[in-house]
Amino acid sequence: MNHNELQIKNDESTKSTPPSGAKGFTPPSGVGGLDAWDQILKPSRGWQAVDWRELYRYRDLLYFLVVRGIKAKYAQSVLGVSWAVIQPLFTTLVFTVVFGNLAGISSDGVPYVIFSFTAMVPWNYFSGTLTEASNSLVVNANMITKVYFPRIVLPLAAAFSKLLDFVIGLAVLLGFMIWYRFLPGWEILVLPVLILILLLCSLGLGMILSAMAVQYRDVKHASTFMVQLLMYAAPVVYPASKVPDAYLFWYSLNPMVGVIEGFRSALLSTNPMPWNLVIVGGGVSVVVFVLGTYYFRRMEKVFADVA
Amino acid sequence: MSSIIQVHNLSKRYRIGLKEQRHDTFAQQLLAMVKAPLQNFRQLRSMSKFGEDDDSVFWALKDLNFEVQQGEVLGIIGHNGAGKSTLLKILSKITEPTAGEVRIKGRIAALLEVGTGFHQDLTGRENIYMNGTILGMSKKEIDRKLDEIIDFSGVEKYVDTPVKFYSSGMKVRLGFAVAAHLEPEILIIDEVLAVGDAEFQKKCLGKMESVAGEGRTVLFVSHNMMAVRNLCQKALVLKHGSLKYHGETEDAIDFYLKEYSETRRRLQYAPEDAPGNQEAKFLRAEVLPLTGKDWPLREGEGFRLEFEFLYLGKDRTNLDVTFHLVDEYSNLVFVGSSARNNSQEYFNNGQVKATCEIPPDIMNHGTYSVSRLLLVRNRGVIVLSVSDPISFEIVTSPADAFGWMGKKEGVVKPKLNWQLSYDPGH
Repeated sequence: MNHNELQIKNDESTKSTPPSGAKGFTPPSGVGGLDAWDQILKPSRGWQAVDWRELYRYRDLLYFLVVRGIKAKYAQSVLGVSWAVIQPLFTTLVFTVVFGNLAGISSDGVPYVIFSFTAMVPWNYFSGTLTEASNSLVVNANMITKVYFPRIVLPLAAAFSKLLDFVIGLAVLLGFMIWYRFLPGWEILVLPVLILILLLCSLGLGMILSAMAVQYRDVKHASTFMVQLLMYAAPVVYPASKVPDAYLFWYSLNPMVGVIEGFRSALLSTNPMPWNLVIVGGGVSVVVFVLGTYYFRRMEKVFADVA
Repeated sequence: MSSIIQVHNLSKRYRIGLKEQRHDTFAQQLLAMVKAPLQNFRQLRSMSKFGEDDDSVFWALKDLNFEVQQGEVLGIIGHNGAGKSTLLKILSKITEPTAGEVRIKGRIAALLEVGTGFHQDLTGRENIYMNGTILGMSKKEIDRKLDEIIDFSGVEKYVDTPVKFYSSGMKVRLGFAVAAHLEPEILIIDEVLAVGDAEFQKKCLGKMESVAGEGRTVLFVSHNMMAVRNLCQKALVLKHGSLKYHGETEDAIDFYLKEYSETRRRLQYAPEDAPGNQEAKFLRAEVLPLTGKDWPLREGEGFRLEFEFLYLGKDRTNLDVTFHLVDEYSNLVFVGSSARNNSQEYFNNGQVKATCEIPPDIMNHGTYSVSRLLLVRNRGVIVLSVSDPISFEIVTSPADAFGWMGKKEGVVKPKLNWQLSYDPGH
């Protein structure tokens, strides 16, 4: 009996479906049900978190984008990866002459060259990632409009491919330390935390800028020179100890302050670890990173339409 | 058979760029430059924000409803701007719908382009990995299929050469080779076959047939009716973002061709939004049967072309209308010009209407279009040029039903004056 009824119902439902399918729509019947659908595409609303599981599925894409970024950057160049050394090294030498010798800016009692190079390594990573990441979506607009993949891999890949330069910079820094006979103390154990802060704040800002750059190309023009100006808001060419105590809290809101002073303390033992700067900066960079992911996700849906 | 894709009330809205304002004086221009940043900001912001509908809002898709069955090969046809690509972009998750929803079972791979993500400086092999992972394959999967992909692409010799040294054909082949080795449940293809040489196209069609044969679902967008006819069991016709027809491929193609020719017979604008320049606007172009006759146009019959312009020039001047008529292969059939009649007509500031009668027994059957329409001043200065305004079809005459049934012979089919004589014996 029961079975028969079901049969009749099914028959009816097929009959009521217009053969053309152009008009009217029969929602899926109870058989199979809603949960049988793998994906439901519909307009998204509000703020959404990054789908980390999906991102993990696309890890190979991230890997190849990083490789592509590195290879493409140094393709057809004579000096290749050596540029990663030459550029910060010469900037440091210029700084040493201008700020260290001519202007006589104090360097917390260590040679100015190593003082400013220690700051140059994280700062270069930060500024490079910012510029590269903010352009990453615009440069790859053709990919965004042709294929779906989690768009966040683009700024991520930009940030990760910059890590190579960073590691090379660290190696050169190690050379300096050996040359000047610096033996780091226990503070070097904090270095991974500092690098994490550096990554979080570079990535967070990079994501925000990249998402903005898709719609507003001004970001491209602004980011290059903003990065140059920002360098003076961080203790790259001068020590943080020069900043009056009254402004120190506001100063430390810039995560790069804690990172750079932390690097100096960890590697050169100039000062004790400046926990006040590091903790405030770390907090800010976590906030920036989380904000960045949410903002990126919110803007993500219009990328293909406005890119 | 069960449905693998369900599309329910799907709509997509875009905002198109607004017309730029024109400034007549230097002072206005200067003021506009000062105000520009604020205005630019409003405009850029509005690209992703929608208030009430205004002129710049454009519905690429409106209330689409359809289902695709598992294993079906569905063709999507419609002319340019009908919403085909937008539909594919939504189905492939590139862009979000504005309203409605799509339900999908299984993995989707979309081929809206071949070789996405290729980098000039990377080798063929590296680009296979790049392109493959963008399309959603894992490194392991590509490792496994690498030899097959390289083999299929036919560029074995150059696989370790940067692709910037490849010919465009080689790049396309490499890109398609990667795509052909995707193993999705649903494959979406957009006009990919329009590239590459004939031999390669054949290879692609063969591959697609085998994909379809394996029981996978394929959505196929193309202007190539032959390909749609050969590959698809069913097709849907889109027009201005709405679904006009969904059914058997043959019927859908017939519907499309009929609809297409009907909509292309006339192009008309209201004077307020007519395209043109400061001197003249284009108002109307139309093809009509001769009085007493009806659609469709048949070969052997004549027809009439009508053109209307709005001329804004203040001075009296001599104006002529010229058009180029081309066939479906873009061969120029002839150029018609009112200047040939050698009558000097003077116009100033008003509506210019030109009618041209094409006498019977000239045109062969086929699809023809006015490829270029010109308004010419003083026998030589082009005032306004309109490209491809109208197109129409001339069908075979029933009188010919027992004649030649093959390919059409020649662009024109004139009725010629023949004299046959016969001289018996010698």
